[in-house]
Amino acid sequence: MVSRKEIIEKIKMLMDKTEMIRNIGIVAHIDHGKTTLSDNLLAGSGLISNELAGKTLYMDYDEEEQARGITINAANVSILFNHKKTNKDYLINLIDTPGHVDFGGDVTRAMRAVDGCIVVVDAVEGMMPQTETVLKQALKENVKPVLFVNKVDRLINELKIDKKDMQYRLAKVIEEVNKFIKNIQEEKYKSGWKINPADGSVAFGSALYKWAISIPMLEKTGIGFNEVYDYCRSGRMEELSEKSRLYNIILDMVIEHLPNPLVSQKRRVPTIWHGDLDSDVGRSMLNCDKNGPVVFMVTKIVPDPHSGEVATGRLFSGTIKRGMELYISGVNKTNKIQQVGIYMGPDRFEIEEIFAGNIIAVIGLKDAIVGSTVSSIKDMFPFEEIRHVSEPVVTVAVEAKNMKDLPRLIEVLREISKEDPTIQVQIDEESGEHLISGMGELHLEVIGHKIERDKKVPIITSEPIVVYREGITSKGGPTEGVSPNRHNRFYMEVDPLSESVVELLKSGAFSMKLPELERRKLLMNAGLNSNEAKAVVDEYRNNLLLNMTKGIQYLPETMELIIEGFREVMSGGPLAKEPCQGIKVKLVDVKLHEDSIHRGPAQVIPAVRNAIYTAILSDNPVLLEPIQRIYISAPQDYMGEIIRELQGRRGQVMDIQTEKGDVVVKGIAPVSELFGFSGSIRSATEGRALWNSENIGFQVLPSSLHNDVVMNIRRRKGMKERIPEISDYV
Amino acid sequence: MIHVLKYLYMLIFVGLGLYDEMDISIKGLETIKRSKKVFVEFYTSKMMGTTIDRLEKFYGKDIELLGREDIEIRPDKIIETARNKDVAFLCAGDPMIATTHIDLRIRAEDAGVKTRIIHGSSIQTAVIGLSGLQNYKFGRSTTIPRPYKNIIAESPYDVFKNNLDNNLHTLFLLDISDEPMTINEGLKILLNISDKRKDYKFKDNLCVGIARAGSDNPVVKADFIKDILDYNFGPPLHTFILPAKLHFMEKEALIRFAKAPKEILTKET
Ligand SMILES: Nc1nc2c(ncn2[C@@H]2O[C@H](COP(=O)(O)OP(=O)(O)OP(=O)(O)O)[C@@H](O)[C@H]2O)c(=O)[nH]1
Ligand SMILES: [Mg+2]
Repeated sequence: MVSRKEIIEKIKMLMDKTEMIRNIGIVAHIDHGKTTLSDNLLAGSGLISNELAGKTLYMDYDEEEQARGITINAANVSILFNHKKTNKDYLINLIDTPGHVDFGGDVTRAMRAVDGCIVVVDAVEGMMPQTETVLKQALKENVKPVLFVNKVDRLINELKIDKKDMQYRLAKVIEEVNKFIKNIQEEKYKSGWKINPADGSVAFGSALYKWAISIPMLEKTGIGFNEVYDYCRSGRMEELSEKSRLYNIILDMVIEHLPNPLVSQKRRVPTIWHGDLDSDVGRSMLNCDKNGPVVFMVTKIVPDPHSGEVATGRLFSGTIKRGMELYISGVNKTNKIQQVGIYMGPDRFEIEEIFAGNIIAVIGLKDAIVGSTVSSIKDMFPFEEIRHVSEPVVTVAVEAKNMKDLPRLIEVLREISKEDPTIQVQIDEESGEHLISGMGELHLEVIGHKIERDKKVPIITSEPIVVYREGITSKGGPTEGVSPNRHNRFYMEVDPLSESVVELLKSGAFSMKLPELERRKLLMNAGLNSNEAKAVVDEYRNNLLLNMTKGIQYLPETMELIIEGFREVMSGGPLAKEPCQGIKVKLVDVKLHEDSIHRGPAQVIPAVRNAIYTAILSDNPVLLEPIQRIYISAPQDYMGEIIRELQGRRGQVMDIQTEKGDVVVKGIAPVSELFGFSGSIRSATEGRALWNSENIGFQVLPSSLHNDVVMNIRRRKGMKERIPEISDYV
Repeated sequence: MIHVLKYLYMLIFVGLGLYDEMDISIKGLETIKRSKKVFVEFYTSKMMGTTIDRLEKFYGKDIELLGREDIEIRPDKIIETARNKDVAFLCAGDPMIATTHIDLRIRAEDAGVKTRIIHGSSIQTAVIGLSGLQNYKFGRSTTIPRPYKNIIAESPYDVFKNNLDNNLHTLFLLDISDEPMTINEGLKILLNISDKRKDYKFKDNLCVGIARAGSDNPVVKADFIKDILDYNFGPPLHTFILPAKLHFMEKEALIRFAKAPKEILTKET
C-alpha cells in the first residue's frame, strides 16, 4: 500500500490537468455489485489492500448500510490510477450510488456531478427496471455510459451453463442495453455512445472475485471467454484475478472511453444550464476554465460532526479556495468558504485550492441546499433543477418523544430536507406533529433512524400513510373567483392534461427556464395545440397554468400573484389538500381594479384560489393513488401463494415466467396495500422469495373507495369531515 | 308615507377630512351626535393628528373600529345594524374616494338600506391647494404599493407616463398598510422601474412632495427627483405629484409655496 500522503500529493498535481480527470458514477439495479466494484477500484489506487476490497465494503461506511447490506448514501471518492499503456497518472473522481428505488434521488443528483458512468448489470438477472431508470437518468443528463457485466462467475458456477450459452447470454445483455440507449438518445447512439465489446466499452467479470476481461485487453492478458470459463470451473479465480485484474480492466475502460471534463462540459452545460452561453460565465463553463468565475453546483449535503455541513458537488468553472465569499442562488447574502477538499471513502482531506472540472467537498455554505448554484457572480443564472423521476408517495408523522426536544426536532427536520430533496417535510409548530414524505417505507425508516441515531432526537413515528394526488377527468368551469374587496374577478377553466404532456412534465425535460420557443416546441410535440402552448405561463408539480386572455391592462403585474394562487391550489387541492396532478388551469377572463393598491396579494391570491377550487369541484374530481410495479422470484412451488398475496392487495399479475425451477411473477399493486408486504411474502414463501418494486406513477382510485379515502385524509388533517362542495369556496 | 317608513333609518358615510378631529364639517358632527351607532375604519386612509379616544371624547360617542375584513368580507353587520337605527360610518378624507366604500354603499342599497354621504376634505384637492398646481391639469392618480416578495407593481409608472404623454400631472398616493410609505421610498420604487426600462431621464423630472396635509405644519417641497430623493419630509402621511409641463402661474406658485429651484422658470419642464 502507498501512503495516503503520497497519494494526495499526486492528486493535487493532477487537479488542474483537466484532460487527466474523469468524473464518473457507478449505477445499477439493487445488489448488482456497485459497491463491491467501487471497493475494487479503490484498491487500484493502492489505498486499500486488494484482499480487503469487497469484503469490508469500504464505500458502505454507514452503520445502517453495513447492517442492511445495501447502499443508502451515494459516496464520493477520489482515486489515483496509473494508466499502463501511456504510463500517465489519472485522477478519477468516483461516486458509488445506491440501487434501492427508495434512494433513487441520490442517483439522480450524482448524475449532475459526473461526466460518465459505469452501468453494472448482473449477468444472471440481466437488465432490470432500476437499471433502466438510472441509465435513463444518465442519458438525460448527457452522461456517457460504459457497461460492466458483473457476476459472470455465477453464470458459470451456479447456473452451470455451457460456453456457448454464456456467450449468448452476455451478448443479450449488451443488446438490451444498446437498444435502450438508442431509444433514448438516438443521435448520441449513432455518434459513438453505442457500447461495443470490440472497442472495449464493455467489460465482463466478477467484482467479488476481482477479475474482469475486455476484448481489446485480450491480446495483452491472453485471457478470453474460454479461459475465463475454465478458470472459474476449476476454482482458480484467484489466479484469474492476478492475470486479468478487475481494476486494471475497468479503469482502463473509464480512461479510454469516458470523456474528460473539458470534452464533457461542452455538451453537458447547454443541457443543464439555460443561461446565455455566449456570456463570460457561459463560455467559462463550456471551456471548464479555471480562471473564470466560480460556478459550483451542490449535489449532496452531509452533516459533519466537526464542521457542520459538508456540501459536495461539481465545480464547473473557476478556482475555489478557503476564504472566498460566494453567492448562493435564491439567497441574498454571501457565504464564506471555510474549507475545500476531496473525499477518500469516509475521510475528507483539505486541499488549498481546487480547479474547475472536479467533484469536491466544500465547508461553509450554510445557506446552500442540494441543487443550489454557488457562484462568485451575484445573480448567477441558476442550473436547471435536479428533478427526480418519481415523487414522494409515502408519509409518516413524527413527534419528539421528549418535550424538551420539540424545537430541536424542527431544526433536525430542516437539516434533513436540505440534505435529501426527495423528501418533503411539513412542519406543524402548533401540534408538534410533523409530516415527512418520502419515496417508500424503507426510505422513511432510514430517515427515522437518522434522526434518532445521528441527530440524537428520540421520536415517535406513526404508521406510514399514502400520499394521494387530486386530479380531474373532464373539463370544468369557467368559474368565477371574486377578490375579498369585490373589485377584481378571475375566470378559470380546468381541463385534464393529456398523458403525453404529463409524461413530459414528469421527465423534467420541460422547464419554464428554457427559451420560449423551445418550451413551445416541447409542449407541441407532446400534443398540446399551438394556441395553448403559447399561453403557458407556469408549470408546477406537473400541472400547467395558461393565460388565454388577450390585451388585459395591468394583467402582467398581476400575473405573479395569479401564479402564486395557482401554486397554492396545486400544492393542496379542494378535496383533501393533497397535491394536484395533470391539471391544465386556464385563465379565461379577468376584471381588474384600476389602482394597483386594490389588486395586491391579499385580494388576488384568494380570488384565484377560489376560482380554481370551484372549477375543479365542478367537474368530477378524483383521487389518484400511487402504484408500484413488483417483481417476485421464488421457487416454483410458491407460485400460488405469491399470486394470492398480490391479488389480496388489489394487485394485478401481469406476467409469469418460469425458468429452471424458479418462477418470476411481475405485477402491479397500489402502494397503500403494500405496507407490510415484505413480511407477508416472506412468511408465505418461507423466506424463499426475492422481491423488489418501483414506483410507476398514479392511477385513479376506484370510485367505490373515493369517499372513504377523502374522509379519512380530511379527518387526519383536521379538516371539516365532509365531502367538499362548490359552495365551500364561493 | 310608506316611503318614509322604508327609509326611516340610514347608513350615513361621514368624511372626517384630512388630519385631526377638528377637520369634520358641522353637518358631519351633528350627524354623528344623532346616530345610534358609530363605526370607523382607518385602513383605506389614516388621520395622523388624532386617535380614536380623542374622536370619542370630541363626539361624545362610543366608536367601533372596523378592519378590512369587517367591510370587505362581512359587511352584513354594518348593513343590518343600519336597518334598525341610524348608523354613521366614518373614514378619513372624503368617503367615496375609497372605492371600497362605493361597494359597501351598493351592497347596502341592494339590501334595502338607504345611504347618504356627508363629504369631507380630501387629499385629492388638498394637494392642489398646497402646491398651487391647477386642478384642470391633473390626470389619473395612482397608488404605489409596497413590493410583495420581489414583485414590484409597475402600473403607477405607466399611469405617470400616460399622463405625461397627455401633458397631465400625476398624483401619487402611498401604501399605508403596515408603516406608511414615505415619499423617499415611493420615489425609489419608481426610479427602480425607470432604470429597468432604461428611462434614465426620469430622475430629471420635477417632483412636488407633500407631507401632513391638513396639519398646522405641512411640508411642501418641489425639486428635481434626483435632488429630492433623500430630502427629509418628517412624519407621515406623505404624498407627491410628478407634474407635466407647467403653466407659468404654476411655476410661480411652486417657487413661492414649494421652494422650487428658480431654474424651472426658464427650463422647459
Ligand atoms: N457471486 C458474485 N457475487 C457478487 C459479485 N459482485 C457482488 N456480489 C455480491 O452481491 C451482493 C451485493 O453487492 P453490492 O456490491 O453490495 O451491491 P450494490 O449494487 O452496491 O447494492 P446496493 O448498493 O444495495 O444497490 C453482495 O453480497 C456481493 O458480495 C460477483 O461478481 N459475483
Ligand atoms: Mg452498494
